[in-house]
Amino acid sequence: MVSPEDVEKIANLADIGLPRERLGEFTREFNAILEYFDILDAVREDAGEHAREFNIMREDEVTGSLPQEEVLALARDSEDGFIRAPRVME
Amino acid sequence: MTVIIGLEIHCQLTTRTKLFCGCSTDYRNDPPNTHTCPTCLGLPGSLPVLNRKAVEYALRVGKALSCAIPDEAEFARKNYFYPDLPKGFQITMYDRPLAVGGYLDIEADDGTEKRVRITRVHMEEDPGRLVHVGSGDRPRYSLVDYNRSGIPLIEIVTDPDLRSPKEARRFINTLRTTLEYLGVFDGEQEGGLRVDANISMEGGNRVEIKNISSYKGVEKALTFEITRQRNVLRRGLAVERETRHFLEARGVTTSARSKEEEHDYRYFPEPDLCPLRVRAWCDEIVLPELPAARRARFGETYRVSPIHARTLCGDLRLADFFEDVACCGDPVLAATWVADTLLGELYYREMDVTGVPAGHFVELLRLLRGKEITEKAGVEVLRVMLDQVKHGEAPETPAAIVDRLNLGKTAGDAFGPVISEVVQACPDAVRDFRNGKPEALNYLVGQAMKRTRGKADPKELARMLRDAIGDAGGTG
Amino acid sequence: MTAPAGDRFNAFITRCEPKPGTTGKLAGLAVAVKDNISTRGIPTSCGSKILEGYTPPYHAHIVDLILAEGAGIAGKTNMDEFGMGSSTENSAFGPTKNPVDPARVPGGSSGGSAAAVAAGMVPMALGSDTGGSIRCPAAFCGIVGLKPSYGRVSRYGLVAYANSLEQIGPLAGSVTDVCRLMGVISRYDPRDSTMQDRPFAPRLTGDVKGLRIGVPSEFFGAGVDPGVAETVKGAIGILEGLGARVVPCSMPSMAYALAAYYVTCTSEASSNLARFDGVRYGPPGDVRSAWHDAFRVIREKGFGEEVRRRVLLGTFALSAGYYGKYYAKAQAARRNVSADFARIFREVDVIAGPTMPTTAFRIGEKTAPLSMYLSDILTVPANLAGIPAVSVPCGKVDGLPVGLQVMGRRFEDERVLEVAYAYEQGAAR
Repeated sequence: MVSPEDVEKIANLADIGLPRERLGEFTREFNAILEYFDILDAVREDAGEHAREFNIMREDEVTGSLPQEEVLALARDSEDGFIRAPRVME
Repeated sequence: MTVIIGLEIHCQLTTRTKLFCGCSTDYRNDPPNTHTCPTCLGLPGSLPVLNRKAVEYALRVGKALSCAIPDEAEFARKNYFYPDLPKGFQITMYDRPLAVGGYLDIEADDGTEKRVRITRVHMEEDPGRLVHVGSGDRPRYSLVDYNRSGIPLIEIVTDPDLRSPKEARRFINTLRTTLEYLGVFDGEQEGGLRVDANISMEGGNRVEIKNISSYKGVEKALTFEITRQRNVLRRGLAVERETRHFLEARGVTTSARSKEEEHDYRYFPEPDLCPLRVRAWCDEIVLPELPAARRARFGETYRVSPIHARTLCGDLRLADFFEDVACCGDPVLAATWVADTLLGELYYREMDVTGVPAGHFVELLRLLRGKEITEKAGVEVLRVMLDQVKHGEAPETPAAIVDRLNLGKTAGDAFGPVISEVVQACPDAVRDFRNGKPEALNYLVGQAMKRTRGKADPKELARMLRDAIGDAGGTG
Repeated sequence: MTAPAGDRFNAFITRCEPKPGTTGKLAGLAVAVKDNISTRGIPTSCGSKILEGYTPPYHAHIVDLILAEGAGIAGKTNMDEFGMGSSTENSAFGPTKNPVDPARVPGGSSGGSAAAVAAGMVPMALGSDTGGSIRCPAAFCGIVGLKPSYGRVSRYGLVAYANSLEQIGPLAGSVTDVCRLMGVISRYDPRDSTMQDRPFAPRLTGDVKGLRIGVPSEFFGAGVDPGVAETVKGAIGILEGLGARVVPCSMPSMAYALAAYYVTCTSEASSNLARFDGVRYGPPGDVRSAWHDAFRVIREKGFGEEVRRRVLLGTFALSAGYYGKYYAKAQAARRNVSADFARIFREVDVIAGPTMPTTAFRIGEKTAPLSMYLSDILTVPANLAGIPAVSVPCGKVDGLPVGLQVMGRRFEDERVLEVAYAYEQGAAR
């Protein structure tokens, strides 16, 4: 069970806004799902098959890059070849 | 007061392409955002593919540091949000690194050899590069260049075995040299090495210092931090456990009370990559000769002194240069001239050994060995050559310089008149020498040297003066 | 981008003038592509506002493959935002309607692709399946849809929702056409490290004599609509009539398969969707704000409700202190599901059952998120284990299509399709 404050903390961690007026209902739905997940607590691993590939790698050969104009066109906001972003506090 | 220091060192590997895509790593002289592709830009739908050479280089490092290679290594996602991190996560390694439990031997503060333990070695990708627009306290916006995004990094973490800033610097230098010997790292590249340091004093709280990007910076940052912590303790307060940033220009660390500090990175295994089983591969890797082995070989094969060997082997290019010129016939002479003279002259001119023409240097050593020029003349020839290299001119050969500046040692007979002149001009010194004062001879030799403009060999002059004074008999 | 004929089911987000070639295995055919698959020069939105106007500079591998075989792209189809949903109601571009009954959902998240095929707008389409997103709409719309084995089709260019679970797959009106498209898209791509090089070569003979079909009791449990159960049992009966043998079995891991699925996909999604920050592509953030503020606003405005919910669930499941309870346990549960399948496949060749527990529900009917998640109960096991699964239409209940799901061992996609083909042929007689 998580509280609305917990949900706000998670939203903070995920950097995703959650309107205050939706918080109560959202928390209820959230808890219903988490309760469903509790069934995993009882899972004990029976030595399962573990078919995996290993060591998938490529050779150290240059395959080329996108032209700068294309990259900047995607970003839309650029300056002297750099891409502009909101400021970070340093 | 006991100081306990641990380091986390990030080094860029010198592969041709990035860690997870085929973009070229040769970005430093190119405009921003010209070495990017869907993968290192984090475009939706892009996928990483691991660079085999990067793994090989990382294994070389693990092996050179005598690490153990676990059965399986796995890449993991480190999740956080920053403009220079295109995917919103960095692909790194978390609880299943590539190599663990090794060591690197360095020179301790007291000159003895000290073993610094290595906790782990792992691989990860570099983020892009952020430039802040606006002044330090009032940033307006950021500019991002993703050329660096995806460059292969190796992270080496030490146990907290270091005990002083100097020791930390020596560790970094030794590590850097080792990595260069392995052929996986280029210490000359700007930003190629970054260090985070952890420091605690007298069992107090641990402070993490981030953003150290130069060798000197490591020593400066730690020295400042020790002073800062001492001051805190002196005031009766406790040192807070925190993360601080090193500001290279001001030589200080500042508190980094930002959101980044409290991060929960939510690590989980990278689902787009397969795990690595590389112990057998590592066993088969044959390492190139490492610094310690090369020092030993210099001692055995060339009879180089331990001190000179340490200096020469401390820089791969210098060691290579030495071996190129040792063929002059007298390796010990070569060692002295490279480790002492050449290095000093290079340092003075802020040059490195790569521009120095080995062939010319060999010729210079031969002239010295054959006593065709004095040591002083040799230094002058070297200086002329280096200045020419520094100014981008093709350096003259030593023989040409000797000729042009008339530096050749002249035969003893030509100095006869000089000797007579000196004996005539310095009767007091002559008398002192006859009365058993050996230092008077030095004075006379000096006088003769002046008159020969350093062309003569002082030992020759001394011999000739002795003969002359002995001959003259009587006072002059 | 022209609109040749009306799109009354809202199957497409972007329509194109398909320019099919004249040579190749798909010569002359117009193929619809789900809007989470990168197409160079054609906007790719994943059904989300956060990618509004994003036009990729590269093709997904499978797009290169179908174009090389002469196909033309008919357009990008509507979907639940980022693949999160089972009804195509979670799209920023409005819901897609089921052509069989436009008051009902077409299923999801590849609802647009299924509707386009079912409505006859295109002969075949591409979708993606993370927890049933190809098979569910195929079942609800009455067409054929294949989720290939994990690692059989390149994911390069598929906008990631849950990397360890999803595959691109074909939808069409017949098993033959599904095979045709699968043959083209399954070619090896070294740019996907999770893909294996296994050439696809089915032999559609219709012969299932001696085939052992496992039918787990859990697939016909309480949550399955009786009409659906009966229809599917009838379909399995047809296979028996053709010489196959039914082997009843049980999969205890079904009890927690859905929980394992949702923990895994939300965790991976929370990480995969972190890249949408408006810096390199998509609607940009406010450069006058501080980074975290701008980022938060972009995500709040750009993500729909269901996406936000799953990102928060995933963030929580991976967060410090909870990783062991959720993500780690979910992976253990996954391994148990794989082990269950492996055990059953020692005694049988394929496993059969209903694709969905019900037929298509009404648009707007399922409001509680958990009730929507529960409809995936029969499809998620195949994703968890990485095994191939096809849905083939096997009848109707109250006029609404029912899908028969056939699953096989990993990389035995051909066998699964051969069985579906045999059913198709047998049912036609």
